Amino acid sequence: MNAHVAPQAAAAGSPPKSSFSVERSTRLGTATMVFFAVSLGFSVSMPFWADASHLRLLTELACYFVMAQMWNLLAGYGGLVSIGQQAYIGIGGYALIVFANMLGINPFFSVLLCGFVAALLAMPISQVVFRLPGAAFAIGTWAVAEILRLVVANTTALGGGSGVSLVALKEFERSTRESVTFWISISASYASVLFVYLLLRSRFGLALTAIRDAEVASQSQGIDVKRTKFLVYLISAFGFGISGGLYFLSNLRISPDAAFGVSWSPLIIFMVIIGGVGTIEGPLLGAVLFFLLSKVFEDYGTWYLTALGLIAVIVTIWFPQGLWGFVAKRFDLHLFPVQRRLRLLRGPSGKP
Amino acid sequence: MMIWVDAVMQGVLIGGLYALFAMGLSLMFGIMRMVNVAHGDMVILMAFLGLLMTEAFGLGPFAAMAVVVPIAFGIGYVLQRGVLNHTISKDPLRSLVVTFGISIVVQNLLLEFFSADTRAIASGGLESQSVALAGNLAAGVLPLIIFGSAVLLTIALQQLFGNTTIGRAFRATSDDPGAAALMGVNNAHVYAFATAIAIGILGIAGIFHGMRTIFSPTDGPAQLIYAFEAVIIGGMGSFWGTLAGGVILGITQAIGARIDPGWGVLLGHVTFVLVLLFKPNGLFPKTR
Amino acid sequence: MSALLSIHDLKSYYGDFQALFGVDFEIAEREIVAIIGANGAGKSTFLKTITGLLKAEPATVMYKGRPIGGLPAHRIVADGIAMVPEGRRLFPSLSVEENLLMGAFTKRAGRWDLARVYELFPILKEKRNSPGTSLSGGQQQMVAIGRALMSNPDLLICDEISLGLAPAVIKEIYEALEKIVAGGLTAIIVEQDVGTAKRVSQRLYCLQEGRVSLQGRSSELTHEQISLAYFGV
Repeated sequence: MNAHVAPQAAAAGSPPKSSFSVERSTRLGTATMVFFAVSLGFSVSMPFWADASHLRLLTELACYFVMAQMWNLLAGYGGLVSIGQQAYIGIGGYALIVFANMLGINPFFSVLLCGFVAALLAMPISQVVFRLPGAAFAIGTWAVAEILRLVVANTTALGGGSGVSLVALKEFERSTRESVTFWISISASYASVLFVYLLLRSRFGLALTAIRDAEVASQSQGIDVKRTKFLVYLISAFGFGISGGLYFLSNLRISPDAAFGVSWSPLIIFMVIIGGVGTIEGPLLGAVLFFLLSKVFEDYGTWYLTALGLIAVIVTIWFPQGLWGFVAKRFDLHLFPVQRRLRLLRGPSGKP
Repeated sequence: MMIWVDAVMQGVLIGGLYALFAMGLSLMFGIMRMVNVAHGDMVILMAFLGLLMTEAFGLGPFAAMAVVVPIAFGIGYVLQRGVLNHTISKDPLRSLVVTFGISIVVQNLLLEFFSADTRAIASGGLESQSVALAGNLAAGVLPLIIFGSAVLLTIALQQLFGNTTIGRAFRATSDDPGAAALMGVNNAHVYAFATAIAIGILGIAGIFHGMRTIFSPTDGPAQLIYAFEAVIIGGMGSFWGTLAGGVILGITQAIGARIDPGWGVLLGHVTFVLVLLFKPNGLFPKTR
Repeated sequence: MSALLSIHDLKSYYGDFQALFGVDFEIAEREIVAIIGANGAGKSTFLKTITGLLKAEPATVMYKGRPIGGLPAHRIVADGIAMVPEGRRLFPSLSVEENLLMGAFTKRAGRWDLARVYELFPILKEKRNSPGTSLSGGQQQMVAIGRALMSNPDLLICDEISLGLAPAVIKEIYEALEKIVAGGLTAIIVEQDVGTAKRVSQRLYCLQEGRVSLQGRSSELTHEQISLAYFGV
């Protein structure tokens, strides 16, 4: 991966030309891969020895992983700051009901279909919300989620306002159900991380970064900004659809308020912001932190949320790179080397 | 037939309230390209402040307004100067997350101090008085007062923007903050003043909201969405457009509610989507 | 004659990039000084620092004997330094007259008001209600100059006011400028066109790669000296 761009040596005496190399993979990146492979194996074995309640908690955490990763891709890399991604959580959840309860499709397989339904519906929805400039886009996405909530609440076939249970799961034995749900959610969370990682390293990822840094300039460089953003939006919808399906697969009951509710947004957004937006590691760190805190402070409802809101404000203004950004800077850590790094081999002042 | 005429009239009147919610949103977006996610929660916060004034200090609703509006103005100024000015950039992420954070803080503090119960501001019998119109139509006195206030405020804002020094400074800063600074405009102060006006108006709007209907700490987001839809339907950059947007949203909601109680709000949303699809710049965009 | 504005060892940075390397500069009251230099020589950075759009150490910029380096732009205008910015930067949503009135935002007292500006540029009175940006390039430049004058500055800074204008229009603009400074104004003129710069100014500075490469009385500098200082060859 290392490519030398400038010749190493500069004639002694003359002003030293700095030579540098462009590198992408780091040794740590490789270590990360090994770690993830091992932890994946560990996770997969969990249903055989771990407690059922732990499995349920980890399933929930895995859903947050996917959501955080997808929101980060959308807002942190795509510049599309949505506060209405609960639209796709709800679409995923209700798609699961339709496929499993009504059409009799295997509920576990249906989760995958939930992602496709969400991406499909994201096409017309994007036609509406993409017309809103900058910050207005955010509120537009929220309005869309509200519309969907109201539509579903007014649809008796979907249980109306009081919701509906996932009866299709009754035919499975409880332990089977829990193990399979857990495996799917673990796979989804690993897949989302791996997917975003590979995506960002691809040409598409390069275009995305270019747009983020300079939209007008990248347009003039031949990058189709609109199409790139549209694709990011679809991918994110797909991810949210899957995680919505998964979440309600584990929850067994869905209602319009739970599925399309406004409380999802602060949860996901604060996770990503506090963890560190615009990195792959940040949302993961944020999700874990958030999950642990919410379990510890469960009893302090309003004060806990108040503190969280304040922390989000403070982090955004004074520590915009988030917790992971701080760690990465302090220790020069990059678990997922998506950026091409210019390394000075010998600088003008002799410093490395 | 008469019930539809009545529906339209009620819709127009409630539209005045939506316009009051929307003006500040439109103002802030126009000048700073910023959307305050906590805008709806500010409506509810002002309603609770009004409740506090009427219940704890025994003020009448309009006297409460005279106290709450300056407080709201001050909150707006300090909020912008102390916090939101740090988030202004081309990337909307920061201002959105910060105002979202504030929204959550306001909601939860209200929950903590006022509980989740629904409340109402006593309006001294005003809510039950009405003026008989042609046929058996009648318009409530309170909705008429609210609508009249919305029209007056629209005129006032239009005047402020069109014909005053600070209004020119608002428009100039919106065009080019750097060039405005070269004219001697302190951008930080102009932004703070704009937000002060935006939140100050909510002092009026919030108390009217609390007099007209019951409210609770978590009602904010819905008000934000109504305000936002009014701005988009009317078209950004014109206060008359915002008033018209509020009225159109009110009418469609009222008509929808007559068809089926569950459809009122939904039909309003549908109008918003249709406007975005067919007139993305709104029905009354700025002509200049 | 004491200096109205004196700059000593000014260094300026954009992030890690240093744009000015210890610039010294002085202008006395009622003097017209031209600054020339190629693109990227640091002229704009220099002006931005004086007008407060870029940070500087307080004492590196002394104005009327007081340090103003690093003061915010709006404070510096109020102290009497006005700039006609490069590219004019009129406010598109304001009419011609409103653009001019923005110049009077600081309410500094002095001889300039709407009537005087309209007397200087009669065409602007005709177009007073048109949007500022609907005018021709030369007329827009008049609005930009008029707008700066409306703040009744003691020091007027003109950044590349001839850029993109036809020669006849440039002549007209500079004739107006002569009338303006005749009324008792100090001016810094930044120009790419060396001929114009020499003609209108009493003294001249040339910047090259963030340093002053030449300075002297405009009438005494030779073509060879200037071209050496300008291009460095």
